[in-house]
Amino acid sequence: MNLFLDAFAWLLDPASWQGPSSIAVRIGEHLFYTALAVLIGAAVAIPVGWLIGHTGRGREIAVGVAGAARALPSFGLLFLFVMIAGVLLRGPSTILVLVLLAVPPILAGAYAGLEVIDRRVIDAARAVGMTEWQILWKVEVPLGLPLLLGGLRGGTLQVVATAVLAAFVNLGGLGLPIVEGIALRDYGRMLGAAMLIIALALLLDALFAVLDRVAIPRGVRAGRVTDVRTASPRRRAAADPPATTEKETV
Amino acid sequence: MIEFRSISKRFADGTLAVDGFSLVIPSHRTTVLVGSSGCGKTTLLRMINRMVDASSGALEIDGENVSSIEPVALRRRIGYVMQNSGLLPHRTVIDNIATVPRLNGVPRAQARARALELMDTVGLDRAMARRYPAQLSGGQQQRVGVARGLAVDPNILLMDEPFGAVDPIVRAELQQELLRLQRELGKTVVFVTHDIDEAFLLGDQVVILEKGASIAQKGTPAEILANPASDFVASFIGAERGKRALHLREVDGRRILVDGDGAVAGRLVEADSA
Ligand SMILES: Nc1ncnc2c1ncn2[C@@H]1O[C@H](COP(=O)(O)OP(=O)(O)OP(=O)(O)O)[C@@H](O)[C@H]1O
Ligand SMILES: [Mg+2]
Repeated sequence: MNLFLDAFAWLLDPASWQGPSSIAVRIGEHLFYTALAVLIGAAVAIPVGWLIGHTGRGREIAVGVAGAARALPSFGLLFLFVMIAGVLLRGPSTILVLVLLAVPPILAGAYAGLEVIDRRVIDAARAVGMTEWQILWKVEVPLGLPLLLGGLRGGTLQVVATAVLAAFVNLGGLGLPIVEGIALRDYGRMLGAAMLIIALALLLDALFAVLDRVAIPRGVRAGRVTDVRTASPRRRAAADPPATTEKETV
Repeated sequence: MIEFRSISKRFADGTLAVDGFSLVIPSHRTTVLVGSSGCGKTTLLRMINRMVDASSGALEIDGENVSSIEPVALRRRIGYVMQNSGLLPHRTVIDNIATVPRLNGVPRAQARARALELMDTVGLDRAMARRYPAQLSGGQQQRVGVARGLAVDPNILLMDEPFGAVDPIVRAELQQELLRLQRELGKTVVFVTHDIDEAFLLGDQVVILEKGASIAQKGTPAEILANPASDFVASFIGAERGKRALHLREVDGRRILVDGDGAVAGRLVEADSA
């Protein structure tokens, strides 16, 4: 008996991809929970992180809260929430747990992105007459983007891995084949689902890698090579923007 | 005209950086504040654009008390050039120069056209317009910083050790550029340095500061050299030694000047009547 063969047999069986319990439906549910949790987490964590990063206040609190949230036992928390809120609210409870997982890395990415910016750059922006809003939007946000994306990436991976929880409160997702596999002693199905989750995580990771390339302003990337003269000539040529590109920056 | 009237500044941590400072900075001239590290030069300079607010005393620009001017509006009409150039790393040279006009609502195309002109003014090749600050040398970055400072055509230009981080040759070049610019533009320049040679070269008025921004002496370079007000000033300007302590020596009936290190400095000739 080969576990991997069983797993592939389950994955490739046309019957697995049909009907209301098709693998495609499970992937859809899984991605939906992930996206929802990351979006809500980002909506909460990014503004708070930027506020902390911009003002330099509340950092200790954020670090503490984020650290505590990281250490939360998500499984236990989910059952606690469902018990408190009732089975009917198990959907929101699940999302809440996933949001709690997504928040710490996004929060850290948001404020760390602002924190690492050279203070002299911010000082100069203020000295030439930018308002605090303009400093935030025109200087801190673009310069903090690389670390923010890193935080989003980390948060997304956390959530996509943990969204299997949904199956334990009967909400589907890729955790469901695992739960079923346990019940049926169908280890091929469990492994197949686990492999799908891994594949999904790798795919999302690759997506963020692409985003990292296109979303980060050129100068931020050029600035990563702190001294272009010591970089290799080819790298330098690559960092040299062609005279024709017209980029909205002001 | 910028007027400091008994200005003091005590920072939150208790440091008394400026203690009862009074000074009149005339318009269209270069005033240099010079003194050793920590004497309060930067603090004084940043009071002019309200990056620092005085604890007591009054600071007026053309008779208007700066505390009654909204800081953002004030800063947008004053040029500010700093040691590290303070450029925005994610913006190209041209967009860095155009930053403040854009904040003031000047259309992009117009702001960029003006930025290109300013690149000429400060002696930067237009081909660099699309580079990022990280792709420029230190001297080039300083030129961009000066161009940005001039972008709104301000009456006042504040310069805080703008040439402190470049090598002596580039530094001399930038100093000459600034002198040329100042002849053309006639801004009210307030320049901070701890280099007395730079101060004497650039300053119409030189203000020598001691700790707490107390004025050791102020005047034209000639006045200060001719008559150092104290031992501190004499030693600060090096009046008794090196290349400032010139003496005459007669060689073949001609009089030549020799400096304190024994090096030949030049010949003594009649002053040009023109
Ligand atoms: N934000 C601040 N908080 C507390 N103390 C400050 C602050 N800024 C400056 N100081 C102190 O005020 C004094 C004057 O500082 P300032 O920066 O004006 O000196 P400076 O003459 O510009 O020195 P340098 O030549 O080294 O730039 C110093 O003792 C400094 O430590
Ligand atoms: Mg200083």
